[in-house]
Amino acid sequence: MSIQVLSAEGLKVTYTDRRRWLWSLSLVWPLMPVAACWLAASSGQAAWFWATLAVWYLVVPVLDHLLPMDASNPPPEVVPQLEEDRYYRVLTYLTVPIHYITLCYTAFVVGTQHLPWHALLGLALSVGVVNGLAINTGHELGHKNTKLERWLAKIVLAVVGYGHFFIEHNRGHHVDVATPQDPASAKMGQSIYGFACSEIPGAIRRAWASEKTRLARRGQGPWTLANEVLQPLLITLVLYAGLLYTFGWIMVPFLFLQAFWGWFGILTSANYIEHYGLLRQKLENGRYERCQPHHSWNSNHVMSNVILFNLQRHSDHHAYPMRRYQSLRSFQKLPELPSGYPLMFGIALIPPLWFALMDPRVVAWADGDFSKLNVLPTMRERLVRRHARGHTA
Amino acid sequence: MSTLVEAYRCPGCGYTYVPAQGAAHEGFAPGTPWSAIPEDWACPDCAVREKPDFIAIPDANQASPRAV
Repeated sequence: MSIQVLSAEGLKVTYTDRRRWLWSLSLVWPLMPVAACWLAASSGQAAWFWATLAVWYLVVPVLDHLLPMDASNPPPEVVPQLEEDRYYRVLTYLTVPIHYITLCYTAFVVGTQHLPWHALLGLALSVGVVNGLAINTGHELGHKNTKLERWLAKIVLAVVGYGHFFIEHNRGHHVDVATPQDPASAKMGQSIYGFACSEIPGAIRRAWASEKTRLARRGQGPWTLANEVLQPLLITLVLYAGLLYTFGWIMVPFLFLQAFWGWFGILTSANYIEHYGLLRQKLENGRYERCQPHHSWNSNHVMSNVILFNLQRHSDHHAYPMRRYQSLRSFQKLPELPSGYPLMFGIALIPPLWFALMDPRVVAWADGDFSKLNVLPTMRERLVRRHARGHTA
Repeated sequence: MSTLVEAYRCPGCGYTYVPAQGAAHEGFAPGTPWSAIPEDWACPDCAVREKPDFIAIPDANQASPRAV
């Protein structure tokens, strides 16, 4: 299916989204743990419970590097029509119930079968990965200004207990991105573990403070159903209490592990790599410069971009947060990650490997000028010394 | 006499604040003047730009369509 429009000069512009049908795979990814349960049951092999993790951390990176990179962009003339094409947004809507199906079905398997501990661990972390994708869907939906999409965002975030992201991400992270004040932008020299210790509580604090301020302007206290942090939290509480009541105490480790990996393994990891070391400059008037395209890391790896609704075209997302995923653009000469998110998440879990891979890229990006970088204060001197030697070329 | 400024537009996404209408969700009652909006208030739609970035437009009806 292609779009044809006339340009301002009266020329015919045609655009075909080569990935159009690939996007429909977004309905399949969240079902991977369900498929894994069936395969484990029919083959008797508990190893299947780890299949989703293998796909995410191994198969997707391999496909990312086998498939040619896609840096193509829709021509600006077709973007309004592309944005209006309902097919794309319906896919994001449909993923919402699928995440609930996956959580409830896997909870049923955990609650009714006596799985060995390693099968439970594999399955819970697998659900964590796909529920991390629920945060990604909630992210795409939460940036839109229609009532339906904003509610769907809260509902899908609730599946993994991360409803406050709806407020925190838009009102917090997007405002403070790539500044030392943002707990959701990583500093050079900071490991993902140190980062998580400030990012996870920081997100909750900032979301709560933001809603408290907004509600106070309306003459309300924070303990009201109008609080958009409490709304999804209530959905989570009802959902998790229902699962606990139905399937018993085994739900405690299961729900904890899946939420933990959705929060830390996917969301914290994404926040960690998306702006690592990059810094907006402070202007003379005390405000920070506007977020520029070079304040985000990007990747044009096809497979991971299809799974993540083009989130890896992150610079354009921060410039135009309301742009729908199908029209996000890639730009040249921007900070580029050496691989797609899934492999970078895995690398981030091993800090020495992450620093060895990324720190030289960060320094090269700033041309050795540390004043252009967001650096962990306690590491600054050591990093300047280390990279001054390496950057003489 | 200067032109009465009736609306303020986010230069990033086109969101428009019209003082006469206010913004109920944000807690600004109809008639809340621009001067009463906090300086650190960010655009409620895109959050990329803040109050000092907003552009005064003389007539809300002339607001350009939303940018994407």
